[in-house]
Amino acid sequence: MLGEGIVRGLAETARNFFGSFAEKERLTTVQFPEERRVPFEAARNFPFLVYDGDGKESGLRCVACLICEKECPPRCIHIDKSKDKKPDFVGKAQFYPAAFTIDVSVCMSCQICVEVCPFEAIKMDTAFELSTDDRFAGLLWGKDRLAKSNEHYHAIHPTEAAEVDERRGQEKAAAEAKAKPAAQPAEAR
Amino acid sequence: MISSLKEMPREAGETGGMAGSGAGSQLLEVAMGPHHPSTHGVFRMDVQLEGERVVRLKPVFGYLHRNHEQIAEKTSYLGSMPYTDRLDYLCSMSNNWAYALTVEKLTGLQPPERAEYIRVIMAELTRVQNHAGLIGFLLQDMGASGTPLMYAFREREKILDLFEWVSGARMMCNYMRFGGVRVDLPEGWVEGALAFVERAPRFLDEYEGLLRNSEIVMARTQGVGLLPAELAVNAGVTGPMLRASGVNYDLRKVDRYGVYDRFSFRVPLGEKGDVYDRYMMRLLEMRESVSILAQALRDLPGGPILDPKSKLRGLRPKAGEVYGRIEAPKGELGFYLISDGSTNPYRYRVRPPSLINLTVLEDMCLDRSVADVVVILGSVDIVLGEVDR
Amino acid sequence: MTPEQIRSEIEAAIPGCSVEVAPNGAVPGQASLAVDRLHALEAAWFLRRHPGLLLDFCSNVAGVDWLDREISEKVKVRKLVDGVEQEAEETRKSKIPGRLEAVYHLFSIEKKQGPVILRVRTENRSDRVEIPSLTPVWRSAEFQEREIFDLYGIVFTGHPDLRRLLMWEGFTDHPMRKDYVPPPEDDGPQDPRGAVGKEAAAG
Ligand code: SF4
Ligand code: SF4
Repeated sequence: MLGEGIVRGLAETARNFFGSFAEKERLTTVQFPEERRVPFEAARNFPFLVYDGDGKESGLRCVACLICEKECPPRCIHIDKSKDKKPDFVGKAQFYPAAFTIDVSVCMSCQICVEVCPFEAIKMDTAFELSTDDRFAGLLWGKDRLAKSNEHYHAIHPTEAAEVDERRGQEKAAAEAKAKPAAQPAEAR
Repeated sequence: MISSLKEMPREAGETGGMAGSGAGSQLLEVAMGPHHPSTHGVFRMDVQLEGERVVRLKPVFGYLHRNHEQIAEKTSYLGSMPYTDRLDYLCSMSNNWAYALTVEKLTGLQPPERAEYIRVIMAELTRVQNHAGLIGFLLQDMGASGTPLMYAFREREKILDLFEWVSGARMMCNYMRFGGVRVDLPEGWVEGALAFVERAPRFLDEYEGLLRNSEIVMARTQGVGLLPAELAVNAGVTGPMLRASGVNYDLRKVDRYGVYDRFSFRVPLGEKGDVYDRYMMRLLEMRESVSILAQALRDLPGGPILDPKSKLRGLRPKAGEVYGRIEAPKGELGFYLISDGSTNPYRYRVRPPSLINLTVLEDMCLDRSVADVVVILGSVDIVLGEVDR
Repeated sequence: MTPEQIRSEIEAAIPGCSVEVAPNGAVPGQASLAVDRLHALEAAWFLRRHPGLLLDFCSNVAGVDWLDREISEKVKVRKLVDGVEQEAEETRKSKIPGRLEAVYHLFSIEKKQGPVILRVRTENRSDRVEIPSLTPVWRSAEFQEREIFDLYGIVFTGHPDLRRLLMWEGFTDHPMRKDYVPPPEDDGPQDPRGAVGKEAAAG
């Protein structure tokens, strides 16, 4: 009969409409912003720089090795290496970034900087409500905006952060163990 | 069949069906697009009409051109991986795989078993969400505004959640690496995927029942946009569009890349090569994908996820060239790389299935009405990020 | 069939056609066939109709730009030094002229085989850039050859509709060439050391 197919289709629509009141399955949306989903642990948006302890400036893990600057595909990281060195968490003298800027209007959240960083210094944040009315300067994030504490890192990526802390703890212990027989000159490493 | 085809589909110099514009008839030139809801992006068709009848149609590209190939030739091999996400932005996982597979062929890296299974799972999830979305758009082009598309997006939402869960991003996954995948599946992911796969058949039944038998859909699609098999092969059409014309060519069966030889699945084939066949092809392929997913999730082995020889930075393949291809949801997605031994490719080329499938757009649209053009274009399945690169 | 066999068959079937097997360092067995441009169209028809190959599907067409290259190789030469013949090493510099190239990846859907890789080269990179279009043989080359014409500047003679594909009409350069210099862009990554950076630092 002509029209039968249409009626059958409407039956499906009715099933979905009334079903959406009963089944979560059929209604997957949430009422943002009143209702918010917890982001996945792996979620990523823009990078941030991790610092340890309270020193937003002094605790930065970044040693300005410039690897991420070089590997970032759209080249949106700019780093000015410091002239002097200061000790890092194992006590080795390292450079630090005098300036560290990410142009987030260009950053494409690819996470490659995180992967290539050998010092666990840069990680991905999950914050996404970042709109600004300043198209240029407002999207050029400097060190003060990028630096976030290790606690923040633990809050957004708990599993990964715990692994990182464990690895760094081991490194530190190994460095201390090596430093104990301090009578040896430095070349004996 | 194919060997006996007529040798030349077109006379050189002739630019399409300009015949019939005799005296008395007035031709109307219409530019459909670049901002037109039916063009699925910034894409233009310069259409010449005689009344309602299309006598000539020229697609115009390039509105989204960003010279992806040149950018890739200036960055490292790894650096192009996130850019491949942005080719066919609905299917970033497949794009990642095609590129990773090509570089693996170039360097001889071998992904471990688990990674191969994970890749199959991701690629088939991608296929399901791509086809569901395409059908939604196609039906929307025919006037079923919203409803089918929203049903498709509801299921797509679940798949994108699975992607975000493992890779951290919903669409720009950047998940595969040369010689494996970036991170292992998180705890609970396999169960989540299985839950989706279990419920998928119900969705597919409903989705099919929604409009498959509708008289309007049949009238609008059957016999519209015919694509004969000979022409399809000669014009390099691939993917569901080629199979809708009855040519049995699925790279998952032909090349058997990855671990596709371990799964049993069928390759659905069309008969006529009209829009209806293309629509059905997607519905049937989704069912096959769900069956592959069930098998892959069941057999998923443990073990490492990355070839130990693979390294992140400073990849320098031997000088040489390679062409790698996979069956992406839209057709054959190929990458052609020439290495000169340095850290970035000397030549990097993407074979975009969407663009090449459009070669026959004019042939399918000639002598049809404008309303049919919209439906025919919808059945091709294009994404402008890939067409224009 | 190996590329060498195909080469000898083409050369036997088309008188005057010269085919060179270009080796491939990366994937063994995938050497390509560089066909001279005068006979490329004939060779393409031959490959498509060849009963053992039946290459009915031209999948990928890619342009490649090879700049002028200078290679220096060390050669042993015998020289008369003070009346005594001696062996000496000499560095010879040879110049490989640059050229543009179109690479066709051919498959057979009928036989489920492939690829056979065909290369057609132009004479140079500047004024003699014509090669025959293979669109009459495989229509899948239509848009891809247009793209190569657009981005590399190879002129495909016999192409039914050779216009720019991606760049706009009126654009004159060929952006995929290796010596292409892009115009200065004003919306690229911002340099924090520039004016915007100072503003960001101040505010
Ligand atoms: S963030 Fe990491 S990779 Fe980048 S400069 Fe700092 S230490 Fe090096
Ligand atoms: S996420 Fe990607 S684009 Fe953004 S700063 Fe890191 S490497 Fe660059």
